[in-house]
Amino acid sequence: MDFVFTEREEAFRGEVEDFVERELPPDWVEKNIYWPAGYGTLAQFEEPSPQVEQFTRRLGEKGWLTVSWPKEYGGAGLGYIEQAIFHERMSYYRAPAGEIATRIGGPTIMLFGNEEMKKEWLPRIARGEVRFWLAYSEPNVGSDLSSIQSRAIEDGDDLVINGQKIWGTAAHVSHCAWMIVRTDPAAPPHKGISLVIVDNASPGVTIRPLINICGFHSFNEVFFDNVRIPKRNVVGEMNKGWHYLMVALDFERLAVPIGGFRRTFEEIVQFSREANQNGRTLSQQPLVRNKLADIAIQIEIAYMIFWQTAWMLDRNLVPNIEASLLKLFTTELSQKLANTAMQVMGHYGELEGTSKWSSLCGRVCLGYLDCISALVGAGTSEIQRNIIAMRGLGLPAK
Amino acid sequence: MDLGLSEEQEMLKKSARDFLQKECPKRLVRQLDDSDEGYSIELWRRMAELGWMGLAFPEKYGGGGQSFLDLAILLEEMGYNIVPGPFFPTIVLGGLAILMAGSEKQKTEFLPRVARGEMIISLALTEPSASYDAASIKTKAIARDGGYVIKGTKLFVLNANIADYVVCIARTRETTDPEDGITVFLVDARSPGLTCTLLKTLARDKQCEVIFDDVTVSEKNVLGRKDEGWPLVRDILQKAAVAKCAEMVGGAQVALDMAVNYAKERVQFGRPIGSFQAIQHYCANMAMDVSGSRFVTYKAAWKLSEGIPAAFDAAIAKAWVSEAYGRVALLAHQIFGAIGFTMDHDMHLYYRQAKAAEIIFGGGDFHRAIVAQELGL
Repeated sequence: MDFVFTEREEAFRGEVEDFVERELPPDWVEKNIYWPAGYGTLAQFEEPSPQVEQFTRRLGEKGWLTVSWPKEYGGAGLGYIEQAIFHERMSYYRAPAGEIATRIGGPTIMLFGNEEMKKEWLPRIARGEVRFWLAYSEPNVGSDLSSIQSRAIEDGDDLVINGQKIWGTAAHVSHCAWMIVRTDPAAPPHKGISLVIVDNASPGVTIRPLINICGFHSFNEVFFDNVRIPKRNVVGEMNKGWHYLMVALDFERLAVPIGGFRRTFEEIVQFSREANQNGRTLSQQPLVRNKLADIAIQIEIAYMIFWQTAWMLDRNLVPNIEASLLKLFTTELSQKLANTAMQVMGHYGELEGTSKWSSLCGRVCLGYLDCISALVGAGTSEIQRNIIAMRGLGLPAK
Repeated sequence: MDLGLSEEQEMLKKSARDFLQKECPKRLVRQLDDSDEGYSIELWRRMAELGWMGLAFPEKYGGGGQSFLDLAILLEEMGYNIVPGPFFPTIVLGGLAILMAGSEKQKTEFLPRVARGEMIISLALTEPSASYDAASIKTKAIARDGGYVIKGTKLFVLNANIADYVVCIARTRETTDPEDGITVFLVDARSPGLTCTLLKTLARDKQCEVIFDDVTVSEKNVLGRKDEGWPLVRDILQKAAVAKCAEMVGGAQVALDMAVNYAKERVQFGRPIGSFQAIQHYCANMAMDVSGSRFVTYKAAWKLSEGIPAAFDAAIAKAWVSEAYGRVALLAHQIFGAIGFTMDHDMHLYYRQAKAAEIIFGGGDFHRAIVAQELGL
């Protein structure tokens, strides 16, 4: 066992640090209101931003949007530990560093796409030129994804899609839907689903905003009305989409903004050092210390699960259960962190970022709202527990 | 970064599990729990033959030359099986303390005997105040005739009733700093004036009251530096906390394994109870607690092995694992239902062990206070 980085890993970490310091706007990390593991306050989801665009392109040039991909597909050709180191640092600075295409779609294409699809999509994804949004849920389909109703019917070299998707996070600022559709209604639910890529610009795609409880436009409902896509946009084989989706969901669950937890925690610790009550700082009060220590401990555990998944991937082990553990543990920690921050900061936690009295740009106020989303997206906490119990511990379904 | 066990460590783990399953069945555990001695000489000897006692001692003291992490892996398996007896105080509290602070003469005298299984050691640290801070050490050792005379009461002393030697923490000088003036002594348990009374405890783990009534100790039995023994005590406690975590990880793992197996077999409403989400989610919570506990424990144990400062990681591990094991044990009981509430069932052995392990060397609040301090709060 060895819990420290190798020289090479350490050097890469330093390189990432230098890059962030050089390329990220100086006040970015202070001004950014992102709450770790939340879905509702990602700045890059709100509207297209030239700053984010430029930063992303620079990352793409270095192959860092896809650290672990082979160089021939535009990656940096490094390992998963390096990729984890990269994301740890990026999330610590709340930096926009990859999204659905780089972290979910691309890795899934790498595993299941044919060579033509890999050549068509992977280099563009790696350069940050194409962004995906997840078209999974439908108005009546949430946790039970296999019951989707959106239909795709073959027509010559095309598929024609009809249906409605919901919770399409950032669909309005992305290029393509990474979408599951029903292609064989006669087959059992899991065996009639295909995974496809749909260009947002296709005729018949209509995107309407849904405003989340933080007040941001992150979600969308998206309508597909006789939308035509070429068959080469089907990932892997027709009707095998469910299997690919399960793998894609694991990739999604591994995409944890681990450094964001540490950063936000450090800020709350700093607040507790500066805030005075009854002649002593909050950080001197035993109950506050106990609460903060409890969060520090759980952040440490989250980090350990995080490194564990990367370490396993580097050894070609499939971190299927670990992905669920990581997702479950960190999202629940997101809520605990928000609640503890609120308890420590009291009234100051309630303030949005607009007042001269605001602390931490109002992050805690928004984070307290945003942390609800973490336990719902990418498979609810209940679904994660089902996975751990059934796939991990072998408990029976019936 | 390398987060896996080595081949040798995997082998140690497996051989320990197989050996204990065969040689330390629950029938023996119960029998030893009911006895006053609380250990089996036969099993003790076999463990010594396997090289477990001296595992983490250098070869020149009759040990196996392996690391603290290796010892932690062994302790995890001992926790998995439950092995009543004085292994923990003898090796972790006594042996490692002598290894850390002993003179060459002391190491040569004590460690080979410990490694051969010929010496049982106990640590007399806590007193009636039942806490782990320096201020609570009231037992006095007064210099007299080239030696010391110890007077005071020690409480919650593990396995003192069968010990050959007692490591006694006493105050040799009064100053304003409670951490100053502490000295560590190696006391022959048969010394006149030393009396030991067995206490009946939750985990039936043979804790004792040890009274030192003018017990004479020679100068050569001072372990480490006179008056400056507290850093050694702190080091012992740090290793002890992490070693205890390793034991708890094993206990939590078996509680999970037992509960999952039961949930697969127990049928109610015409289906295994493990198919109900309520039970599945209990099991998922347990699995999460076991994994998290193992990761932080290994990290702290690895740091101690490497000689890297580990105050933060040790406190994190003990704070978390103490409470996680308790949660796992309770959920396991919930899954077992009424059968788990019987003496015949094994679950109560782990439930008892979990609470005793939480309390010893400080629980969640105690270690969170250390974490806060290490965070610079």
